[in-house]
This record gives sequence, C-alpha cells and structure tokens, in this order.
Amino acid sequence: MAVTDSLSRAATVLATVLLLSFGSVAASHIEDQAEQFFRSGHTNNWAVLVCTSRFWFNYRHVANTLSVYRSVKRLGIPDSHIVLMLADDMACNPRNPKPATVFSHKNMELNVYGDDVEVDYRSYEVTVENFLRVLTGRIPPSTPRSKRLLSDDRSNILIYMTGHGGNGFLKFQDSEEITNIELADAFEQMWQKRRYNELLFIIDTCQGASMYERFYSPNIMALASSQVGEDSLSHQPDPAIGVHLMDRYTFYVLEFLEEINPASQTNMNDLVCPKSLCVSTPGHRTDLFQRDPKNVLITDFFGSVRKVEITTETIKLQQDSEIMESSYKEDQMDEKLMEPLKYAEQLPVAQIIHQKPKLKDWHPPGGFILGLWALIIMVFFKTYGIKHMKFIF
Amino acid sequence: MAAAGAAATHLEVARGKRAALFFAAVAIVLGLPLWWKTTETYRASLPYSQISGLNALQLRLMVPVTVVFTRESVPLDDQEKLPFTVVHEREIPLKYKMKIKCRFQKAYRRALDHEEEALSSGSVQEAEAMLDEPQEQAEGSLTVYVISEHSSLLPQFCPPFGSMMESSPIPEEKQVQLSWEYRLPLFFDPQEPLTSLTPVSVGYEITFSLLNPDPKSHDVYWDIEGAVRRYVQPFLNALGAAGNFSVDSQILYYAMLGVNPRFDSASSSYYLDMHSLPHVINPVESRLGSSAASLYPVLNFLLYVPELAHSPLYIQDKDGAPVATNAFHSPRWGGIMVYNVDSKTYNASVLPVRVEVDMVRVMEVFLAQLRLLFGIAQPQLPPKCLLSGPTSEGLMTWELDRLLWARSVENLATATTTLTSLAQLLGKISNIVIKDDVASEVYKAVAAVQKSAEELASGHLASAFVASQEAVTSSELAFFDPSLLHLLYFPDDQKFAIYIPLFLPMAVPILLSLVKIFLETRKSWRKPEKTD
Repeated sequence: MAVTDSLSRAATVLATVLLLSFGSVAASHIEDQAEQFFRSGHTNNWAVLVCTSRFWFNYRHVANTLSVYRSVKRLGIPDSHIVLMLADDMACNPRNPKPATVFSHKNMELNVYGDDVEVDYRSYEVTVENFLRVLTGRIPPSTPRSKRLLSDDRSNILIYMTGHGGNGFLKFQDSEEITNIELADAFEQMWQKRRYNELLFIIDTCQGASMYERFYSPNIMALASSQVGEDSLSHQPDPAIGVHLMDRYTFYVLEFLEEINPASQTNMNDLVCPKSLCVSTPGHRTDLFQRDPKNVLITDFFGSVRKVEITTETIKLQQDSEIMESSYKEDQMDEKLMEPLKYAEQLPVAQIIHQKPKLKDWHPPGGFILGLWALIIMVFFKTYGIKHMKFIF
Repeated sequence: MAAAGAAATHLEVARGKRAALFFAAVAIVLGLPLWWKTTETYRASLPYSQISGLNALQLRLMVPVTVVFTRESVPLDDQEKLPFTVVHEREIPLKYKMKIKCRFQKAYRRALDHEEEALSSGSVQEAEAMLDEPQEQAEGSLTVYVISEHSSLLPQFCPPFGSMMESSPIPEEKQVQLSWEYRLPLFFDPQEPLTSLTPVSVGYEITFSLLNPDPKSHDVYWDIEGAVRRYVQPFLNALGAAGNFSVDSQILYYAMLGVNPRFDSASSSYYLDMHSLPHVINPVESRLGSSAASLYPVLNFLLYVPELAHSPLYIQDKDGAPVATNAFHSPRWGGIMVYNVDSKTYNASVLPVRVEVDMVRVMEVFLAQLRLLFGIAQPQLPPKCLLSGPTSEGLMTWELDRLLWARSVENLATATTTLTSLAQLLGKISNIVIKDDVASEVYKAVAAVQKSAEELASGHLASAFVASQEAVTSSELAFFDPSLLHLLYFPDDQKFAIYIPLFLPMAVPILLSLVKIFLETRKSWRKPEKTD
C-alpha cells in the first residue's frame, strides 16, 4: 500500500512536472507566435513625400516635406526608396535671402535642405496625375527607376502630404485638386495589386481629417493635423526670411523624430501632438489597421531595418589552380606594358586666350527697324503737315 | 372676320402644339440616347467569366516517375508483374488558398543491362557516372532505382541527378507506397514562405562589389572576371531556365560600413554582433548604384575588406561565436562577406599591402547565398536517406526542377490574382477605360494561364514554366497599362454643376409646354362630358 501510494505520488509529481514544462514550452511557443503576430512582417520600407504648393509664401510646405525627408533618411530609408515631390524650389528661389538653404527653425537653427537632397518630381511635374501614377504604378515605360514606387507586398509605405486643403480635397499647384475619393481608390488599387504591406498616411493641411474619411482598404493608418472645420496653423515666422517656416504639426513631428534613432522602440501611440503646441486637434484613423498602434514601432514606417540571416552553408567548388596562376601572370605583364594614361586635349586654351577680337560684319538694319522709323515719319508728317519737309531735307 | 381670326389662331395654336411635341420627341428620342452613348467610358470586352473561372482552377502537377528494379531486389514472382503503372495522387496546400494535386505516375520496370552493370559496381560515384551518360531525362521527371539489400551500394545514397536509390526488403506495392509518402514530398514542400524569396521576374541583375575602405593600407586585387567565368557563369547557366541573368562588378573605395565594430580583447579581434547587422546595409546601399543598373530586381554581393584599424573583423551569431563563413545575407537584397587580410602579409611590408583575394573561398560563399536567396536550400531529409552534395556547377537538376515547380505555381497564382483584381476594380470604379490593346493582353494572359495549367497536368515542366512567365508578363502589362488611370472621377455636385446650365434652359420650356399641352387636352376631354 505504501509502495503504491508513493508510486502514485511520484507519478503525479512527474505528471505535474511534465505538464508544467509542456505548458511553459507551449506558452513560449504562444508567446513567440504572439510576438510574430504583433511584429510587422515587412522586409523593406518606402516613403512618398509630397509638397503640393508653389509660390514663395508657401515656403513652410516645402520645409515640412524636407524635414520629414531628412528624418526618414537619417533613420535609414535610402534615396532609392524615397519618392520626393516638391512643387516649387524654395532653396534657389530668387526671393530667398539665404540661397541653397531651407530652414525649419527660426534664427536659422536647422537647415533641412542639406547636402544630398534628391528630388524626384520637381516643380510642374508634381501633378495629381503623376502622383496617382506613382501610387498605382501605371507609369509610362520610359520613366527612370528613381521616379517609380517599386514596392511589393512586403513593403511598408509612408505617405506624407502637405499643402493647402479643404473639406475632402487637397490643392495641387493652385490649379487642380485631388479628392479623398480618388485617394481612397488609389489606395484600393494598391491593395488589390498587393503593393503594400502596411501604409501610414500623414497629412498636414487645413481640414486634413477629411482626406482619410473615405479609405476602405485594409492595413492603413492615417494621421492628420486637424479635424474637419479646423485650420492647421503655421508655427513661427522668421523675420530675416520673411515667411512662416514650418507648420505646427510637422514641427512637432520633426522634434519627435529627432530623438529617434534606428534602434529605438518608441511606438505610434507616443506620436500625439498636444493641443498647446498644435492648437488644432490632430486626428487619426486606425480602424483599418490590423495591429494595435501601441505595437507599431515608429521605425516600422520611418526607418528601414532589414531582415538578415547568417550564412551558415557553403558549397564546394573545385579549384582551377593552373588557370589562376597563368591569368595572374598575364595581368601582371599587362600592367607593366601599359603607358600612363593622360587626358586628351579638349580645349585649345592657348588659342582662346590670345585671340584678337573679331570685327563684326555690318548688316543693314532689319525690317522691324525700318518699319518702325517709317511709321514714325509718316505719323509726324501726317500730324504736322508736309510743309515741314523743307526744314528737314 | 372674328371667326376667321379665331380659326387662324386655332391653326397657329395647333401648329405650336405640334412643334412643341416634335421638339420634345427629338430631345427625348434622339438627344438622350446620344448623350448617354457619348459620355460612357469605352470598355473593350473582357473575358470576365473565364477570369472568374481561373480562380477555381484546380492545379494538377504530374510527375512521371520511373521505378527501376534490379534483378536481385525483387523476388521472381513479383518480377513477373513488371512492368506496370500505378497512379498516386496527393494534395499539397500552398498559399493563396490554392491546393495542388500531385499526380505521381509511376512506371515500374525492370532494369536494363547497362543499368544492371552500373548498379552492381563498387561505389556510388562509379554508379552515378555510368548511369548519368545514356539517359536523358526530361525536366520534371524522376527515376528511382531499387537495389537489393545485399548490394554493395549500401548505405543508401541519393545521387545528384533526378534519381534515387532505395533499398527495402521486399518491395511489395504497399511498402513502396508507404515510402513514397515521405520521400517524394522532398520535392514539393517549400522550406520558407515564398514571399521572402527573390521575386519572380523575367531577368535578374547580379552585382559583385568589392568594398575597400582603406586603400592606404590594402591594395586589394580580385580576379572577378575569371571567377565569374569559372564559377558563377556555369551556375547561372544551370539556373538559366529561371530567367535571364546579367552580371556586373565594381570596386568601391572609402566605403565604410555604417556600424562601428566592437573590440573583443579575448581574441584581440573586432566583431559585429547579430543585432547590428541590419543597420549595415542601408548606408552602403546608396553608393552601390544598383538603382541605375536596370529595371530588373538586383541582387548585390558585397565583399568587404576591413580597414587596418579594425582587422581582423568577425561576424558573431547570437551565441557569440564567430561565424565560419563570415558572411550574412538579406532576403531579396543580396549578401555581404567580410574578408580578413591574413596577418602574415603585414610582416616586413610597406603599406599599402597587396592583397590577393582567394576567389574560390569567396565564390563558395556567394554561390551558397545565391542559392539561399532563390530558395534552393537543403531539404529536410527523412531518415534512411543521404544526399550527396551538389555537382561542380553548384546546382542539381532536381533542385532546379523544384525551383521551377515552385515558380510556375507562384506565377500562376500571381497572374490569377492580377486578373481577378483587375476585374474587380473594373466593377468597383466605373470610370476606368479599357482600350483594345489592354483587352488583348488580358486575353493572352488568360490563355497562357490555361495553357500552363495544362502543361503542368501533363508533366511538361519547361513549357509550363515558360507559359506561366508569359501569363505573368501579360497580366502585369494589362494591369499597369498607363491608360487605366481613373482621372475621370467627379463628385455628384460637380456633375450637376456641369449639366444644369446646359440642359436646364432647354429642358424647362419643353417641359412646361408639354405640361400645358397635357392640361389642355385633359380639359378638352372633360368638356364634351360636361356638355353632354
């Protein structure tokens, strides 16, 4: 009896130990699965940054876009994966007192133009049609690679738009507009063709929340700087440059992103602009997004972290040692035989400097000049009469 | 006089009524249909029913399998049953909710004389060599050699070409069928999700780059042309069925990795741990110039010779041990290998030191990475089966078969989803124009999908793959045609704003006169009643 008792007890202990270990294994397995579920399944990142307004007094929209461009590049998205559309050139604008710079802070603290800005669509190329073509991929075949959005079904795309907008539309170049329905249809076409894994749409315009009202495709998260009926306000003017430098919402986003590095774990719930700073009420839309925003890292959209694997296997190749040696010798000989290269004479500089100025040939006055003088003389004589002729000739 | 006047006005009124009615008739009968016809979007006819039929396409792959029995392996009474054919079907689920039915058509036969000779030789390599020559196997077919358990070729090896050697005590049908269950899936189960592999494309661009961040200390020389000619080109030729490959190479000076390596005093070397590897690629990528190369997907292979201050540099895996190959790769992008300069070359030399890169070691790693990027990995072997390594080309025919099967199926799935989504889009967004050439591409794509499915079902792998590539190309051309842009969206209030100034001034008099005519005729009908 005692033996069976102890045996049964041992059996129960063993059973519980097994159950616990199994349970922990299962729990860790579930945790792994859960972690994978919450982590985004993307392998590359793209960004489409659009500034839609032109003219010098819309300096702040260009500064907005360039500051997002700068943050996105700093956090790791390469130029080949960024489509930057600027509707006007502020850095080289004749009215810019500090040429080749675009400042985001007054007193010229931060130049967001930098050294290596790559603008893909500039000036009048920023149209609604080109923007929709970039998004949907329906681009004429002659377009260079830097102007295409070559995303696939594992790409996370950040789309940032800024400019002047209203209830349900965004103004492009002061001459046309894009409606929220067209934008929603473009995103639906992207979804149908699996051109994105997840999409973050940020818009900084007046009544920006109206632009994301009509989205109906899955995996889209949208942020806007103001609600319908509200205006987005600009941040601060600079007396030296004479215009407002940034919009409040993007100013806050820039300050937030300056503290992020590629390895940080901050999530989207932290990106909320307080009313004291933004004055307007920022809006967001997350119902189409499958993950919880608190599990979405900022670097999921703003940065670019690749999945890497260690290479553990190699294959066996046969060495062709004889061939290697002979080719090595050949190359050595080739190097010795070659003469040093020099540039060919391209410009006969000596001739140009010492040239005498050429005498210009005389040409009779052209038809326009003749006609103009004939007209003047005719009018004179008509007005004052032919009797004045004898005083002239 | 008054009567004549009254008769005249009555005539005029009648004429007026007829004129009004005529106007109204022209406006409604001619005008409305004409306006409707001229404002509708042009859509060439598309085979919608066929496209929806594609969704329900049941893919069948047929694998012709030949089982060859040697003399000693089969008892006599079983031998009399040869040759015969057995068909065995199996369903394999894949992504996109598609399932594939694999049909193994097994033809059992006796071994021919030269095969007997080959299989009775002493070692597997000799047997391989002798069996290889006379047979020409079509892509996608499989040959299994069954040898007796007393044969000298045991333990079993699975040779590189599309054949297997298997020994089982008495190969009755049941036993052979059971072993089929776990052997043949070798060829179909994808190891990784297909989406993390290199995307299917008509062509690929492979770029080899040598990164030399410290030209003052290292004068690096690599014979890339020779290496490409000797090692890479044969591999790409073997993989040629999967697409057109073009290879180029470059040398970049003063290109740093974006991450600072740490110093490990225990081994007095520098290391990069696994968590910093993802940050290495991006700063370097902008300098590679891969975006200017071509429109095809680019695979970059980088060889990094670390600078003198950071030599030697090792890559550590998650356990902290240095990786043997000193290389890592990123799906859909390429691979990076760190080549440490031998410390012996620094002795008694003046900087810069001439470094000869050992291309064999480098190419072994790069070709292995290329195989992994394409999804050609070592399969999980069932027990009692050993695989011999790849041939000198680096690719075995059954690996290529497997790649082509996987790619064909993926191509068909992609083409089907593209066509279906195009049909759905046309239903949802009513303003998209379909021109005739777009419609012809759609027809071509549908025909190619059907042809590819037929070829797969009859076991012709090469033509099925070509047809599936055609299907993908045509469907993508149709979907991404620049003319499909739906810029014709107008909100309702804008439509009213356009049409009201045009139609209202015309419609109001007509409607009012019609109403007046109708009221008068009704009055004139009622009048006779009253007087009567």
